Amino acid sequence: MKALYEKPKTFIDTPTHFCPGCGHGIVLRLIAEIIDAWGIRGKTIGLAPVGCAVLAYNYLDIDMCEAAHGRPPAVATGIKRVHPDHVVFAYQGDGDLAAIGTAEIIHAANRGENITFIFVNNAVYGMTNGQMAPTTLVGQKTATTPSGRDSINYGHPIRVCELLSVLGGSSYLERVSLSSPENVRKTKKALEKGFKTQIEKRGFSLIEILSPCPIYWRMDANEAMRHIDEEMSKTFPLGVVKDWTQ
Amino acid sequence: MKQLMTGNEAAAEAAIVAGCRYYYGYPITPQNELINYMSMRMPQIGGSFIQAESEIAAINMVYGSAAAGARAMTSSSSPGISLKQEGISYLAGSELPCVIVNIQRGGPGLGDISASQADYFQAVKGGGHGDYHTIVLAPSSVQEMADLVYDAFDLADKYRNPVMILGDAQIGQLMEPMEFHKRPKKNLPQKTWSLTGAEGRKRNIVKSFYPVKGQLEEFNAHLQRKYKAIEEHEVRYETVNTHKADIVLVAYGTSARVCADVVRKSRQLEFKVGLIRPITLWPFPKEIIRKISEKVQCILTVEMSAGQMVEDVRLAVEGKCPVHFYGRTGGGVPTSTQVIKKIVEVVPDNLANTLLQLAEVR
Repeated sequence: MKALYEKPKTFIDTPTHFCPGCGHGIVLRLIAEIIDAWGIRGKTIGLAPVGCAVLAYNYLDIDMCEAAHGRPPAVATGIKRVHPDHVVFAYQGDGDLAAIGTAEIIHAANRGENITFIFVNNAVYGMTNGQMAPTTLVGQKTATTPSGRDSINYGHPIRVCELLSVLGGSSYLERVSLSSPENVRKTKKALEKGFKTQIEKRGFSLIEILSPCPIYWRMDANEAMRHIDEEMSKTFPLGVVKDWTQ
Repeated sequence: MKQLMTGNEAAAEAAIVAGCRYYYGYPITPQNELINYMSMRMPQIGGSFIQAESEIAAINMVYGSAAAGARAMTSSSSPGISLKQEGISYLAGSELPCVIVNIQRGGPGLGDISASQADYFQAVKGGGHGDYHTIVLAPSSVQEMADLVYDAFDLADKYRNPVMILGDAQIGQLMEPMEFHKRPKKNLPQKTWSLTGAEGRKRNIVKSFYPVKGQLEEFNAHLQRKYKAIEEHEVRYETVNTHKADIVLVAYGTSARVCADVVRKSRQLEFKVGLIRPITLWPFPKEIIRKISEKVQCILTVEMSAGQMVEDVRLAVEGKCPVHFYGRTGGGVPTSTQVIKKIVEVVPDNLANTLLQLAEVR
């Protein structure tokens, strides 16, 4: 009998450390599915960030490397220079990639590093109890914006894909979300495109994934998914932001 | 064949001779000859050179290439080395071998671009957060710069530990005749821990995060055992005229060159001046300093700092003889006359006259 649905071999069977309703597990699973389907476990090296996904290596049965907060683009660059034919990806959250690691991601993109970046944007610092992220929406309440983010004092949410799109070195930038089964399927397609861009040596790719954090959004799981569709997607429109792979 | 090279260029070429093919750096004076040289040489030999967006990025690129199993190097000068401290702590915590060259300049802050030894504390006491050590090697000539950079890669691989070359603006920019000695290949451990893709084996993880209670303490105990082994086996120093010396100078790098001159000038006197020149600043040559301190009237530590290494000298001496200090700061380099004056000041009165002759000798 043919199984219609199985745990990917690369996805390690272990209790999750993520909170209920979190999107990280979905993204990590999609990565594992692609690694299995393409048979690239033996030549894939992943980078874990600092933040909620610091333990990403607990779930993926591949060679993985930790990096200091915000530094995965630099560490990934160092790895990729040694193994130019391997598939190297960095998995980063919004604080890691768009606050403390802004310089590293901009320059990795600008150099056109042939690496795939998976940017999980949940608009909040989950690991440290829900403080403002660089992508926190205007008006969003967090531990450090108790009356809501006001743009006069706290600035504006950073649109990473748009920011990187003006750089000559970025090749493929797409924003997707996890808000529905259909969007999860689109996310998988986008991740495949990101990895394909790298395997075909077409340069820097980044897939931004809008992901729910029900705990620090103070919502239940359903509300969080609706929030992505109705609020987050207004500030962060879904779609391909740049495609220079053709 | 001997050639004329700056210390900075010698460090770069020695790294290449040692098999380093990955160099990442950010411009800063007085180490620019090194990054410039690497940008020219790395493409010629199929290596990788990146002028990084910051010193932070450069040290993290080193982290990546080291994790991937390659010999990697970065270089900078004092303010840039401060920026690298985060990365150095992570390298130590992940037990990654690499070489970091610090061509010290005056500080604190932006300071100046003259020679200085004011980063001694930062280099040997950790610099970044956590209980860790980098192996610190201090060359005092261009030849020694080349020799130590070569050895630094072997030491890094042997112990899976970052190694720092602690030079200064004079050692970096000075031109001297030198040659590259290719050493016999050492029997170093295979890098079975490195990230090469998990084809046909269990996966490897390079990390310094130990969230489960007790694991981090266990890991730190392992690090401390490693540091103890390094202290037992890797101490290096040079002694000059310490046998029957009345006073012994302790100095490294450029200061040691000045002190060597003082020792030379004092040879004709009855009063004997010796020199201990630490080559490894960590591990520190405390045994030899302690031994010699039992036989001399006093010790004088000479540094281009307000007094940093002198603390380690005092710890080594444990009060067995007086330990004096002479230092210049902010880019000042001691002259032999100044060191001699200081000797006259600190030696017992009955010997001061002999020393005044010495002051006249020059």
